[in-house]
Order: sequence, then structure tokens, then C-alpha cells
Amino acid sequence: MGNVLTIILQRLALGFLTLLVVSVVIFVAVNLLPGDFAQSILGQGATPESVAAIRRDLGLDQPMVTRYFSWLGGALQGDFGSSFAQASFANFTGSDSGAGSVAQQIAPRFANTMFLAAVSAAIAVPFALVLGVLAALYRNSVFDRATNIFTLSSISSPEFFLAYVLILFLAVLNPILPSVSNIFADMAFSDRLEKTLLPALTLTLVVTAHMMRMTRAAIINLLSSPYIEMARLKGMSPLRVIVRHALPNALAPIINVVAINLAYLITGVVVVEVVFVYPGIGQLFVDSVKFRDIPVVQACCLIFAAAYILLNLTADIMSILSNPRLRHPK
Amino acid sequence: MIWFAAALLGFAAIAWGFRFAGQVATGRAPYFRDMTFGVAYGYIFAVAALVWLVWAYLQGRSPDPAVANKFFFLRIAVEGFIVFAIGAWLFRLLGRNVGTKGTKRLFRSMPLTASFGIMMILIYVFVAVFASFLAPYGQAEIIRGVPANIMPGGDIALGGNPDFPLGTDQIGRDILSRLIYGAQNTVGIAFATTVIAFALGGSMGFLAATLGGWLDQLLSRIVDVLMAIPSLIFALLLMTIASVWAPRLGIPQTYFMILIIAVIDSTRVYRLSRAVGQSIVVMDYIEAAKLRGEGMGYLMFKEILPNATAPLLAEFGLRFCFVFLTIASLSFLGVGIQPPLADWGTMVRDLGGFVNFAQFAPMVATPPLLAAGAIALAGRGGQFRGGLDAAPVFGVEGLT
Repeated sequence: MGNVLTIILQRLALGFLTLLVVSVVIFVAVNLLPGDFAQSILGQGATPESVAAIRRDLGLDQPMVTRYFSWLGGALQGDFGSSFAQASFANFTGSDSGAGSVAQQIAPRFANTMFLAAVSAAIAVPFALVLGVLAALYRNSVFDRATNIFTLSSISSPEFFLAYVLILFLAVLNPILPSVSNIFADMAFSDRLEKTLLPALTLTLVVTAHMMRMTRAAIINLLSSPYIEMARLKGMSPLRVIVRHALPNALAPIINVVAINLAYLITGVVVVEVVFVYPGIGQLFVDSVKFRDIPVVQACCLIFAAAYILLNLTADIMSILSNPRLRHPK
Repeated sequence: MIWFAAALLGFAAIAWGFRFAGQVATGRAPYFRDMTFGVAYGYIFAVAALVWLVWAYLQGRSPDPAVANKFFFLRIAVEGFIVFAIGAWLFRLLGRNVGTKGTKRLFRSMPLTASFGIMMILIYVFVAVFASFLAPYGQAEIIRGVPANIMPGGDIALGGNPDFPLGTDQIGRDILSRLIYGAQNTVGIAFATTVIAFALGGSMGFLAATLGGWLDQLLSRIVDVLMAIPSLIFALLLMTIASVWAPRLGIPQTYFMILIIAVIDSTRVYRLSRAVGQSIVVMDYIEAAKLRGEGMGYLMFKEILPNATAPLLAEFGLRFCFVFLTIASLSFLGVGIQPPLADWGTMVRDLGGFVNFAQFAPMVATPPLLAAGAIALAGRGGQFRGGLDAAPVFGVEGLT
């Protein structure tokens, strides 16, 4: 057991180191921007005094290393600084209500994105597992081939194509679901779910293929083992053989691939959110990219990267934990 | 929704009855006796789906526009599927009978899907190369003398114009021409990006494999970090910065995009070429070349590269497809290929809203779907090509 604990601790340390380096990369990348933020906020009417004032306000007169650590320290406490777009607005109206903080912009949207990702995962994971088990059960049949073609085409299409096709068939031609996901803070759960369903279905189509293929492959890999032969000879039904005997032993690669796909879900939301005007963090990210609202871009990028790295780390650790040879060393 | 669930339950009953009837009629023949319920259900479900498809297709051909509009896209999909299937079959037949011995053998053992992929690639290349001859108008040409916003379909009663089969966009540019030029721009830029990514990632990977030591460590760790950031997110971040630099330096933003995506994608190429290179570097002929006193460049490009061509080429098709999808996504988000260049991602974004009017006039919704479909098909073609060379279609990397 001590062995596996060291490996996991090593992985965790490596993951956090990666995260730290990634934060440096993001920070440095943003600092490659030419010119002065303060100047660009003030635009034409910039006087030297006001530029200096804003530079002091935003801490831009500090050296880069200091700024990095204060940014990182703030980010760890959930304070991502103040948004440029909002800061200039607050400055203009003379009111400082705190509406300019990046964290305040991100928090509700982050919750929305997590909700979308959770709904998608809740649909996609069982769907992919059932499809994978069925494809393994009826392998090389027409059903297997049909699911294969269907999932392969859905994974190689861009998200916005799938989204528009779903809108066309499920929202426009057969008005079952709304095509625009306008979500408010105080919305009934059922309403919220209904408006989230179409983007969630799009994401489901994107991630299902990988998980389903992995489930199928992992199960079929095991089917030639002697204990499966034994179960078959006992007279068990094929479905029971797969679900009772093959699936538990195939769980390790499946869990791994599920975690990797969840990581993809978190980042793959960007395009889907834009198509459905879903008020999530992905949309905020794209909007800030367009408005060059650097603190928001920086924060969103860090959050996405963190989610991605953490879920990949989880996949790593899960696959270590589910490997009996590592758990019970000789 | 309720009807759908009821139908599924009904199928269950029919499937049970089907199996029972089969058993009775054939006197418990082994085929029906050993049939699991799932198989029987599958048969019934497939038959029902086929019947529904035929019914929907006939609905799509009905003279009443209110009914036909609803099934218009299904009809187009069915017809398109049949036309493409026949096209792929004919193409394979052509390939089996025309060409050198090698290509004939290749086509003989080819599944229909692969020949479809190759056919699509050839069509794309053809359209991309000859875009200026095929397109009736220029890509940025604003057509004078006719009102802007001509409806697609060429139906004069609905505000169309037969001269512009797909209509014109919001500022009066011919959409069909822009679709055709889109092939040139999107495919061409994606191809250039992939080539740069391979040149960069390949040479760095071979260099790391040949030299080893601290350079290998340094490059590999840099690649590790770059790969830890999701590629679309990282590309968006860098594009923000590029969008500020581009006007200052007077370099079009599109060049920055090519460079950014090439660098991000070269990390994947680096991993592969380093792994392939490492297995080649230990060979005796490399040792011999080193003893002859050959230089670094000779080792990398005359000794390692020719022996690494096969896996790199297989990867090329796959990487092209992912680069293509990334560029299309960036353009769709509005930070990729910039106007006035026509490209499919931007067209989907600009025209996407028309999908909402599909129930009144289905032709209106076709331009964005055509552009998006063209992107999807191109992505598909790349994967067929990759699949042909037995490259893993489902790597972990494939998704990122």
C-alpha cells in the first residue's frame, strides 16, 4: 500500500507543479501584450496623471514577478482582480460598487457551466456505457456497425455543426426544446434543466464516441479469458456474462476514459455555449477575448486549465488505484 | 416524447410476439429457439426505423409545402446519402480498373467508407485549387445592381434570384462563391498550418531524439507544459494577444493564427517524431553514419526522416483534420480567419441564425448547414485517411 501511496503523491505533486508552470505561462503570455493597459482603458482622453493613477490602482507599476505572485495569491483566494471593461465603466460613472471584480463576473457563470457539464455527464456516461455494453454484446452485428458509424461521425464533426443540426430537428422543425438557453439566477430547476438540455445533448454526442468505444474494446478484450469461458459454459446468458463478469474487470480503462472525457467536457463547452447563448464561463471567455479584457481572459484560462489538469490527474490516479498489481505489490 | 416511449414499449410486445410466432411457425427451429429477446427487439426496431424513414422521405416529397418543409432536410439527407454512396462505389470501381498496379490493389481491399473519404479529399482539393474558375463571383465582391439579402433557393416568389442559387449575404456577396472560396481558404490555411506544425515538431523531435541529454529534457518539459493547457483555450488566449499585435505590426491576424496553431499542434507532432526517432537512432546505420562523420542535418533528414516517413504521414492526415477543426472553431468564435477572406467557420456564425426559420422556408437554413457540413465532412475525410494507415482514430490526444 505504501508503494501506491508514493506513486499517487508523486502524481499529485507533479500535477500541482504543472498547474503552477501553466499559470506562469498564462501570466507571461498576457504580459507579451504591447503598450499599456492603462492607456488602452482611457483611450483618447488619457492624461499622464490619469494613466499613472490607473497604473497604480491596478498595480501595473510593480515589477512583473511581484505582479505574478500577487495575481497568483489573489487567484488562490478567489480574487482575480478587476475587469478592465468593468473598471473603466466604474471609473466613468464614478461609482465603485465592486461590480468590476472578475470573480463576481465569473462566479455565477462558473456555476452555470458546471451545471451544463454535470447534466451532459449525467446523460453521456450512462448512455455511452449502455451503448458500449450492447455493442460488445452484439459485436460485429448490424447494431455494432450502426453505433460505430453514428458515434464516429458525431465525434469528427465540429460542435457547432452538431449543435445546429440538433437545433434544426429538435427546436425548429419539431419544437420540443428551446434553442436559446437564457438562464437566470432564480430559475426553477425544471426550467433550467429544460433550457440546458439541448446544449447538454450536443456535448453528449461529442463525448459519447470515445467512452463507448473504450467500453466496447475493454469488454471484448476480456471475452477470451478462461473465466468468461467458464461463465459461458455454466449456461449464463451473454448479457449476464458481460455485466457480471466482464464489466467489473474492464472498469479501470473505462473510468480512465470517462475522466478524460469529463476534462474535455469542461473545455469543450466554449463553442457550445456560444451557439446556444448559454451564460457560462466559455461565453464570457470568448467575449472577453473579443473585448481584450485581459484579467477576465487570464482568469478564465486559468480556470479551464486547472479543471483540465485536475481531471486528467484524477484519471491518472484512478487508473493507478484500479490496478490491482499496484495496490497489492508482491 | 410520451409517444416515443409508448412506441418503444410497443416494440417490446411486438418483438416478443415476433419471436413466438417464429418459433411456432418453424416448429422451434434453432434460429428462433435460441434467439435472445434483444436480437428480436433489434429486428423490430430496425424495421420500424426503416419504415419511418421511408414514410418521412415520402412526406418530404409531398406536394403540400407545409408538410414537405418539415421533412425537407431529412429528404436531402437521404438523397445525399444515396448519391454519395453510389458516388463512392463508382469511384472505387474506377480505382480498381484504372491506374497502376499498386493503386489497383489498394482499391481492391478498400471498404466503401475509405473510398468515400478519398473521393471527398479529391473533391475538396479540386474545389480549393480551381476555386477562382468554379466560383461565379469573387469572394469579396459586393454585387451591384441587385438588392442585397437575396433568399437562397432561387425561388422568385420567396425573394430569390436564380442567378444566386444560395442567395447573397447581409452585404450582398454571393454565398455560393464564398462557399467555394471557403474551400480554398479554410483547407489551404489548415494545410499550411499542418505543414508548419510538422516541420517544427518533426525537426525538434528528431533533434531531441538524436542529441538527447539536456536539450531533450528541456524540449520535452516545454511540450509537457504546452500540452497541459487545452489547445482551444490556449489558442484563444494567444489570439487575444495576436489581435493587439497584428494591427501594430501591420501583419494580418490570419498569419498569427497559422503560427499559433502550428506551434500548439507541433507539440503533438514532437511527441510522435521523438518516439519514432528514438527507435531509429539506436540502429546500426545511424552509428555508421556518425562514424563516417556526417553532420547533424544529414543524420536528421537523410537517415532518420526517410525511415520515419510512414508513421509521420499517417499522423499527417489525422493532424490535418484536427487543425482544420480547430481553425474552423476559432473562425466560428470570431477570432480565426478574418474577413474579407471567405471561410466556412465565419459563414456558419454569420448565417447560423437562419436555421431558426427552417420551418417556413427550408432553403433559408441551408447555407449555414452547408458550410458546417462541409467542415464536418472535411474532418471526416481526414480521419478516413488516418484510419486507412491504421493510425489510432481514438487516441487520448485525438480529443484535445
